[in-house]
Amino acid sequence: MDTPIAVNIADVSKSFGQFEAVKNVDLQLKQGEFFSLLGPSGCGKSTLLRMIAGFEDPTEGSITIDGREMKGIEANHRPTNMVFQSYAIFPHLNVEENIVFGLARSGLNKGEKRAKANEMLEKVGLAGLGRRGAHELSGGQRQRVALARALVLEPKVLLLDEPMSALDKKLREQMQMELRALQRSVGITFLMVTHDQHEAMTISDRCGVMFGGKLAQVDAPEILYQAPRTKQVADFIGGMNFIEGQIGAHEGGSLEIDLPVFGKVSVDEHGVSERAGAPITIGLRPERIHVEKNRPEGADVFAEAEVVDRAFYGETIHYYLALNGRKDPIIASITNFERREHFEIGEKVWSGFRGAAAVALPQD
Amino acid sequence: MSLVSTLTSRIGRLLPIYAVLYVAFLYLPILLLPLFSFNDSKVLGFPLTGFTTKWYGSLAEQTALFDALKNSLIVAILSAIVATSLGTLISRAIAKYRYPMRRVSHTIVMVPLVMPEIIIAISLLILFLGIGLGTTLFTVILAHSLLTIPFCVSIMTSAFGQFDDSLEEAAIDLGEGTWGALRRVTLPVVAPGIISCLLISFTVSFDEFILAFFLSGNSPTLPVYIWSQVRFPAKLPNVIALGSLLILVSVLFLLVAEHFRRRSARLTTKSE
Repeated sequence: MDTPIAVNIADVSKSFGQFEAVKNVDLQLKQGEFFSLLGPSGCGKSTLLRMIAGFEDPTEGSITIDGREMKGIEANHRPTNMVFQSYAIFPHLNVEENIVFGLARSGLNKGEKRAKANEMLEKVGLAGLGRRGAHELSGGQRQRVALARALVLEPKVLLLDEPMSALDKKLREQMQMELRALQRSVGITFLMVTHDQHEAMTISDRCGVMFGGKLAQVDAPEILYQAPRTKQVADFIGGMNFIEGQIGAHEGGSLEIDLPVFGKVSVDEHGVSERAGAPITIGLRPERIHVEKNRPEGADVFAEAEVVDRAFYGETIHYYLALNGRKDPIIASITNFERREHFEIGEKVWSGFRGAAAVALPQD
Repeated sequence: MSLVSTLTSRIGRLLPIYAVLYVAFLYLPILLLPLFSFNDSKVLGFPLTGFTTKWYGSLAEQTALFDALKNSLIVAILSAIVATSLGTLISRAIAKYRYPMRRVSHTIVMVPLVMPEIIIAISLLILFLGIGLGTTLFTVILAHSLLTIPFCVSIMTSAFGQFDDSLEEAAIDLGEGTWGALRRVTLPVVAPGIISCLLISFTVSFDEFILAFFLSGNSPTLPVYIWSQVRFPAKLPNVIALGSLLILVSVLFLLVAEHFRRRSARLTTKSE
C-alpha cells in the first residue's frame, strides 16, 4: 500500500490506577480512509480516541499524526478535531458562531469567516440556518453543526465519538450514508468509535474490533464478517453458529474436521495450526445453512433436524433447528424469496452446509 | 380502607382553605406596611384617617438616611461580587473535580446557612476586634460575603451540575486554552446563574440586620439605621414609607434573579 499513514499508534497502553483500559495497541490509519473502532462498551475504544485527541496521555507507547510525534502536544494544538457524543454544541451561540468558534486565531476577518461557515453549512446540508439558535436544532441538525464546526478547521483526522447514538433508528441510517458521502467529498481521515456493528460495517473502509483493551482484528468489513479471526470477533459481528469438533488432518491449506452429527468436513485452514486430534470450533453464518424438505443437493454435509422455533423478519425467516446430539439449536436464516417453501414448528427437515462456508476458529 | 379514603378525601377538600390561610398569615402583615405608609396619621393603626404621600416626600430631607443607603449599597454590591466570585469557583471545583474531603468542604461552605446569625455576629465581632480590624463597612462586607456564599454555591453547583463537560473539551479541541475555554464557553453558559447569584446575594446583604448591627460601627447600613429610628414615634411614618420602598425593590430583584436562574437551567441542561 502506498497510501501515506495519517495516524500511527505504536504499542500504546493506558492505565487508570489498577485498571488497564488500553493494552499494547498497534494501529495505522491511512490517509483519507474511514476507519471505525468497534467494540462493546468499556472495551477501551473511547479511551484510544481520547488519547489521539489529546485528552488523555498514553501510559506507554507513542502516537504520531501526519509524521509528528504527539507526546507533550496539548489537545488544542493537535491537528485533530472531534465530534462529541453529546455533540457539545455551544448553547449560548448560534449555528454560525458555533462553526467559526475555532477560527478565532486564524487571522481571518469577519467576512472570510462567514464565507467559510456558509461553505461548511452548504456541505453538511444546513444552508441558510446560520442564524438558528443552538436550542432550536433537532438531533440530526446538531450533529451536522458539530461536523461543520470540526471540519471547518481542516483537521488531519476527524474523530467521531459514538456520533449516531443520540439519533433514532431511521435518522441514524440516513446520517450514516450522509457521513460516508461527506467523508468522501472532504477526503479527510475519519476515525469513528461505535458499539454498533451495523453502523461500523456500513460506513467504514476498515474496522478495528476491540475487546478488553486489546485490538482483536483489523480488517475490511467483508473480511471481518466472512473470516473473523477469533471466536469473540465472530460472535460480536453478526449472528454466528458455533459447532465444536476435532481436527482430523491438515491437507494443503485446508483442515479436515470431525463434527458431531454432521460428520467430516473440509474447511479452509485460516491460520489454525493446532495438530490433528485437537479440539476446534467452526463458525457458520445463519444464512449459509441450507434448510430443505429433502436431503440438500448443494451441501457438503447434512443432517436431519427438527424445527423448534421460527422468527419472521420480513426479508428473512430464522429457523431454530434441533439436531440429534446437540444441546443448543442452530439458527438458519432463509431469504424470503418468491415461492420459497416454508416450514412449520415441529416439522422434520434436512439441514446442511458447504465446507467453504464455514470458518475455522482457534480455541481462545 | 373506605374509612381512610373518606377521611383523606375530606382532608383533601380542606387543603385549599389551609393554603389560603397560610399565605394570608405570611404576607398580610407585610402588606400592612405599604397601607399605613399612605395613611395620613402618625399613629399606626385603624381606622385609616386619609390618603397622603407626604411621608414619601419627606424621606428626601433625611441626610442620615441617604448616608445609610449609600453604606448599604457599597456593602451589598461589594459583598455580592466577593460571594459570587468565590461561590462560582467553589462550585466549579465541587462539580468538576474529585478530591479528598470534597463532601466535607462542601458542607463547611454551607454551614453559615444554618448557623444562628447572632452566633456568627458575636464570633466575628470578637475576631475582628481581636485582630485589630475594628468595626467598619469592610468588616460588614466580609461578614456578608460569608453569609451569602452558601446561596451562590447552591445556585452554581446546580448550574455546573447540569453543565456538559464536553463543552469545555470541545472548546479546547477547537484550539482554545484552558482560560479561553473558561472565558468563551464555561462562563457565558453559566452567566445567567452568575447574574442570579449577584442579585440574590445583593438582596440578602441589603436586608441583613444582625451582622451589620454588630459589625458596622459608626457607619450604619440601612436596616441598622431604620432600627435606630423606630425608637422615635415621630419618625415612624417615614420609616414605614422607606420600608415599603425596600419591599418593592427586594421583590423586583428576586423576580429578576428567578428569571435568570430559569434561563440558566435551560442553557446548561445537557443535550439529550
